[in-house]
Formats: sequence, structure tokens, C-alpha cells
Amino acid sequence: MDSAARIQRRVRRETRPRQAFEYVEGWGMAVGAESRVWKPTSAHEVSEVFDQVRSRGTTLAMRGSGCSYGDASINSRGDVLDIRGMNRILEFNEDTGIANCEAGVTLRDLWRHSLPRGYWPRVVSGTMFPTLAGAAGMNIHGKNNYKVGTIGDAIQDIDVVLPTGELVTVSRAERPELFHGIIGGFGMLGAITRVRIATKRIHSGDIDVCGISSANLTEMMAYMDAHTGDADYLVGWLDCFAKGAALGRGLIHHARYLAPGDDPEPERTLTIDHQELPGSILGFPKGEVWRILKLFSNDYGMRLMNFTKHQMGKLEQRNGWHRQSHAGFNFLLDYVPNWKFAYGRSGGDGLIQYQVFLPAESAQAGLTAVLERCQKRLHVSYLGVLKRHRPDPFLLTHGLDGWSLAMDFKVTSANRGDVWRTTDELTRIVLDHGGNFYFAKDAVIGPKTTRQMFGEERLAKFRELKEALDPEDMLQTDLSRRAFGSGGDFTSVPPPAPSVGV
Amino acid sequence: MGAALVRQLCAQGYSVAAVARRRELLDALAEDAGGGPGRVLAYAHDVNSIDEIPGIFESIVHDLGGLDFYVYAAGVMPGVGPEEYDTEKDLAMVDVNLGGAIAWTNPVARYFHSQRAGTIVGIGSIAGDRGRKGAPVYGATKAALATYLESLRNRLAERAVRVVTIKPGMIETPMTEHLDKLVMPISAEKAAKDILKVSRGRLWNERHVPLRWLGVSMIIRSIPSFLFRRTNI
Ligand SMILES: Cc1cc2nc3c(=O)[nH]c(=O)nc-3n(C[C@H](O)[C@H](O)[C@H](O)COP(=O)(O)OP(=O)(O)OC[C@H]3O[C@@H](n4cnc5c(N)ncnc54)[C@H](O)[C@@H]3O)c2cc1C
Ligand SMILES: NC(=O)c1ccc[n+]([C@@H]2O[C@H](COP(=O)([O-])OP(=O)(O)OC[C@H]3O[C@@H](n4cnc5c(N)ncnc54)[C@H](OP(=O)(O)O)[C@@H]3O)[C@@H](O)[C@H]2O)c1
Repeated sequence: MDSAARIQRRVRRETRPRQAFEYVEGWGMAVGAESRVWKPTSAHEVSEVFDQVRSRGTTLAMRGSGCSYGDASINSRGDVLDIRGMNRILEFNEDTGIANCEAGVTLRDLWRHSLPRGYWPRVVSGTMFPTLAGAAGMNIHGKNNYKVGTIGDAIQDIDVVLPTGELVTVSRAERPELFHGIIGGFGMLGAITRVRIATKRIHSGDIDVCGISSANLTEMMAYMDAHTGDADYLVGWLDCFAKGAALGRGLIHHARYLAPGDDPEPERTLTIDHQELPGSILGFPKGEVWRILKLFSNDYGMRLMNFTKHQMGKLEQRNGWHRQSHAGFNFLLDYVPNWKFAYGRSGGDGLIQYQVFLPAESAQAGLTAVLERCQKRLHVSYLGVLKRHRPDPFLLTHGLDGWSLAMDFKVTSANRGDVWRTTDELTRIVLDHGGNFYFAKDAVIGPKTTRQMFGEERLAKFRELKEALDPEDMLQTDLSRRAFGSGGDFTSVPPPAPSVGV
Repeated sequence: MGAALVRQLCAQGYSVAAVARRRELLDALAEDAGGGPGRVLAYAHDVNSIDEIPGIFESIVHDLGGLDFYVYAAGVMPGVGPEEYDTEKDLAMVDVNLGGAIAWTNPVARYFHSQRAGTIVGIGSIAGDRGRKGAPVYGATKAALATYLESLRNRLAERAVRVVTIKPGMIETPMTEHLDKLVMPISAEKAAKDILKVSRGRLWNERHVPLRWLGVSMIIRSIPSFLFRRTNI
């Protein structure tokens, strides 16, 4: 071969859209599947992926950062479209705080861009890694849901590539039925490729936080209800092991934004440096802390941990109001990278999260019944998170005027059947109390539960949209097949543990 | 060495995918395995065809029904004269020994990362331990490979993925046939056995094969440059 030809051959190009072959799992690691993963970098490439998937006659799941705990962005019967290649912030208006972003931009990208300009995202989840696409797909909520609604309420308009390949822009004014269906539509109706979202003006990089220790669930709910008017954020951390009169005891975090002038040096606090989470915890490098947590990752260890936390909570209350950075307050769960590995790292190990939503009038009774049943079944969540919610206008929303409790359950290859049976009992309790569930934090519910919680009318509307936009049913996930089948079960069959490693 | 590894793994009952250019030799390998406890699947491929890699990788994982052990053993070492500065020849080594290694190991690493399990083995060389007169680029590709693998090892540790660098001494294989004299040679079979043992153990991240080359390497590495250039090593 002559030199020129050879040199030419060395100029290589990857085929576009890029693709890889990966084991794709839910954040909780308990469920996953191998898939071809497409990584488009433009709306045009997204529609090309649709073409290719269609011509191969397979199905496609939308995926962001994969922070949904269960099977929401997994497809054991087809391909996956990973939107993270589209991650540019296109425009940020410093007068209004409105950000125009490609949909693969993460909450982390967004706050790091907006904070130095004096803005903070209106709604964030407990982790900063979700993409705007995934956050919109699930219509996520924060610890301020009762006050500002879900992320959908902050979104102004979105671009969506429909399965036909057509690119549409939808908003409250322009095709509102699509806007309200696609946000919260868990990736069933099209690929969100751009999101225009409003952020909130802040006058400091810090936020005022106060811990309130409460002796039981009743006290906690009473406090939170009394402060929905004056608190910007309210969240309760529950010790799910406590029984009897102490059932549902825990620590509330009550937080409020600083007013102009409250912070003597906003130019210092409104910097990314000030927001950085510390690199080590009690002297241990952060990256290794999960190994220590792992030692406690059993019922005895967690009972002890929860007890200690409750006592520390009382101390924290005595400290009264203190200042914390926005990132430190909101992304507590990101402090310990890979904390989920404390639940085990090998195939079949992991956790599922199970978040129950109950209407205000039956929440007290429902949550009490749920906590008691967990204890009776010996599946006690190592951490319980209580939030206050409000309804919103999105079609398949989990929002309601009421409360939610999020729980983690440890899953191993051996205990799956048992965990799923427990959640089956809990699901019936929740439905009996008029409650519902949230797909981002779900791995268990079956079609009957879906029908009951959304009601026939809403489901029919959703089906109509699906048939109109995706008549070939190309967009599917393990979740959509599990929770939207025709079956008559409240709870699905647990998926087999992935067999990984020899 | 690659062929020997395939034969041994297959004899132990594993399903093995063998990738190289010469289809006849691959088919012979697969045929030999016919009666054995394991099986060998053959894929004819030139690592320079980078575009093919994602597709072949995907079929391998499908055909084997998963993947937990991977060895990159392809390598070339054309004879290079003492006054030869041949860019063509040199870049051919970079392409196979390094470019191919990266192009194949990246998707494997991504797959093992997401699977949270697996072992990656790369074959470096004693030749990468020092810049010798005789093999400027061959040695450089092997040194670069070792550094690349070290980074992967550190990246993938938290995902419970193991990355092993094997540094063979002198092994009796077609690659070394044109050399006049081999120092402390061992057979490809013996080398393969060692490689499997080391890769399955937890003790070594980097290992000379056979182990006695570790001593040699330490001595060679400790010779100061101004003396090293006077030797004929
Ligand atoms: C530690 C932790 C804490 C959390 N805390 C909260 C919390 O406080 N509040 C809360 O609401 N949630 C919370 N979550 C859940 C998380 O916010 C949601 O699961 C979110 O949807 C994840 O976004 P993602 O980018 O990872 O998307 P994925 O999880 O990959 O996908 C989410 C959904 O969006 C769909 N989707 C992805 N991309 C697109 C696209 N381009 N177009 C259309 N649809 C798409 C997917 O199909 C899927 O249904 C938490 C998760 C973790 C791990
Ligand atoms: N032998 C030694 O003393 C020694 C010492 C130190 C390190 N090593 C290293 O050990 C590894 C194995 O060496 P070896 O001694 O077994 O050499 P070998 O017998 O020559 O085998 C090399 C293998 O690589 C394959 N290969 C070469 N070019 C390729 C390409 N472009 N695409 C796909 N496959 C290709 C060959 O198959 P095809 O030709 O059919 O493609 C062959 O199977 C090499 O990396 C070598 O550098 C060897």
C-alpha cells in the first residue's frame, strides 16, 4: 500500500449516530438488561435513530442519566436512546433566569451555570445528576413540591422528536395536550430534545436551614402542615424502625431562601467553589465511604444508625437556624458517591425504591398502616423520606394534595420474591387509602394498580395520544410493558436477578 | 499465545470467542475444540477495521450469552534494522498494538463498567519497560498500553472490574521465530497457563511472564541511561 493511501486510512470516523453495547440498569441496580445504546448528538440524529430502530423492527427506550431507581429507562427487548450527548446550554437570560437547554443538560450543569448569575433551579431532585429530559419525562418534584409544583410547572416549552421523525415545539399555548402528556409521559410519546425552563432568583448561595426533631409521625405531619406557608422547603427524614408511640419519628428540615441583604457577602457564596460538597467525610475520602456504610447495611446496623441519627437530630434542633449551601442542602444524597454500593455490588444485589403517595385526608392512617406493615413483614426501609405535595395539570402525574413517603428496600438474588410480596401488601394498603405511585421510584406495580391509580378516563386519554403519536408502539420500556399490560395483578412478577460475573 | 489461551479456556469448559484475521486458522481452532467441553466461536476481523468493532462486539456478547473475561493479545513486531526509521512500519505497530487495543478495550471496558464485573487482560511486554535501541516503536506501544491499562484499572476498580497487564519475556511463538536467540524462552502453552493463573488471582495487577523476568526487568530498569545506551540489550 502506498504511503498516501495508508495515511488516508488513518483518518477514522465513527459511524453516526454513535452507538455502544452496554448492560443498562436502573439506578438501584436490581434490574437491568443488555441493549444497543444509541447516543445521538442532535435532534436530526434522534430522528435517524428512530428510522434505524424502525427498520430493524425493534423497540426503543428513552433514557437520560438512568437515575430512575427501577426499570423506567431499561429495555430488555430492544434498544435504548441515551440523550446525554445533547448537553449544551443554548441560552441563559440573566434578566429573567430563563434557560434554554438541550435536553441532555443535567440539573448539575444547570445550577452550575445559573448560580453564579444569581439563579437556582426551581425544582431539583435529591440528586443533581438527572437530565432535563429525564426530569421532564418523570415530571420530578423537589422538597418544595407543595409550594412550587413539579418541574413541569417551571418548564415553558419543549422540543420533541416524535416517533414519525417530526420535530415539534409544544408549550401550554401550543398543543397543550401534547405538552401535558409528554411531560410526565415517561418517554412513551417522543424524544424530548430541548427544554426551556425558568429558574428562581436567589440573593445568596446559602439557604437558612433548621432541623426539627419530631417524636412521631403525627407531630411531624402537624409541623409540616403548619409551615407550608412560610417554608420554602420542607422534608422529613423518618426512622422507619421506631414503633408504637414513636412510630414515624424523625427529623424535619425546614429551609427558606435568604432575602436581599441577608447575606453579607453574596459574591462569595454565589460561586461554585462555595457549593462544592466536601471531598472527605470524617476524614475518609468520599469515594470510599460506601464501604463503611456497607458494614451497617443490615437491619441491626441500620437500626443503630437510625437511632443515632434521631439523637443527633435532637442536637441539631438545639443548634437552631444555620446556613448551608444550596447544593449541600438539596443534594445531601450526593455527598457519598455510590452509596448505593452499600447495598452490594455484585449481580442481583441492589435496592428498589418505593414511594407511596396518599391524599391529605387519609395520609396519616395510610402511612401508619404502611410503616406497621413493613415492620411486621420485617422489610423495614433503611431510610424514609416524607414530603408534602400538591396537584398539577399533567396527564399522568403522581402529584396530589397530600403526602408521600419514599422507602428503600434492599434486594438480593434470594429475597426478590419476598420483597415483591411485601410491596404487594403495601400497594393494596395505599390503593385502599386512595393513594398512588411514582414511576421514577417504582419497580413493582402491575397493570391493575396503574388502572386504579390513574382511573380509566385519564388512561384512555393517554392511550389515544400514544396511538396517534406512536402507532407502531416503538417506544417501550420494561416499565411500560410491566405496568401497562392487560394483566389483572396489583404487583408484577419480580424480574430475575441479572446473572453477572462468574 | 492467543491460540494457546483459547485452547486452554476451551478445555476448561468455557465458551470462547476468538478474533484474528486468518479465517483458516480460526476455523481450525474451532474445529479442534469440537469434542471438548467448551466451544470456540471464530470471528475473522482485522483490528484496523475500527468501524466493525461495535458490531462484532455486540454479536460476540450475544453469541456467547454474556462476557466476563477478555484478553487483547493481537500484536505485531516486524524486524526493525538498527538504522531504520520507517514511519509506515512503525505506525503499523501503533495501529495494531495500541490503536487496536484501545478500539477493542474501550467497548469492553464500557460493558464491564455497566455490568460491574469482568476481567480485562492486556498483553504488554518486557520491551515496554525500557527504551531499547532495537525496538523504538514496539517498546513505545507496549509502554503506552501499560499506562492505558493502569488508568482503566484505576477507573474501574470501584466497579469491581479487574484489569491485568501481562508482560511476557521471550515466548516461542511465530512472532519470535525470526529472532536468532531467545533468552529464557518458554512455550506459548506455558505462557498461556501462567497468564490465566495470574488473571484469575487477585495478587498481580502487572505481571512478568514467566515471573523470573521481573528480576531481569528490575535490573534493566535500574541501569542508568548513559550506561544503558552502551549495552546491547
Ligand atoms: C439519589 C436519588 C434521589 C432522587 N430524588 C428525587 C426527588 O427528590 N424527587 C424526584 O421527583 N425524583 C427523585 N429521584 C428520581 C429522579 O429524579 C428521576 O428518576 C429522574 O427522572 C431521573 O432522570 P434521568 O435523566 O436519570 O432519566 P432516566 O431515569 O434515564 O429516565 C427517566 C424517564 O424519562 C424518560 N426519558 C428519558 N429521556 C427522555 C427523552 N429524551 N424524551 C422523553 N422521555 C425521556 C425515560 O424513558 C424514563 O421514563 C431521585 C433519584 C435518585 C437516584
Ligand atoms: N512472543 C513473545 O516473545 C512476546 C513477548 C512479549 C510480548 N508479546 C506480545 O504478546 C502478544 C501475542 O504475541 P504472540 O507471540 O502470540 O504473537 P503471534 O504468534 O504473532 O500472534 C499474534 C496474533 O495477533 C493476531 N493479529 C496480528 N495482527 C492482527 C490484526 N491486524 N488484526 C487482528 N489480529 C491480528 C494474529 O492473528 P492473524 O495474523 O490471523 O490476524 C495472531 O493471532 C503480542 O501483543 C505480542 O506483542 C510477545
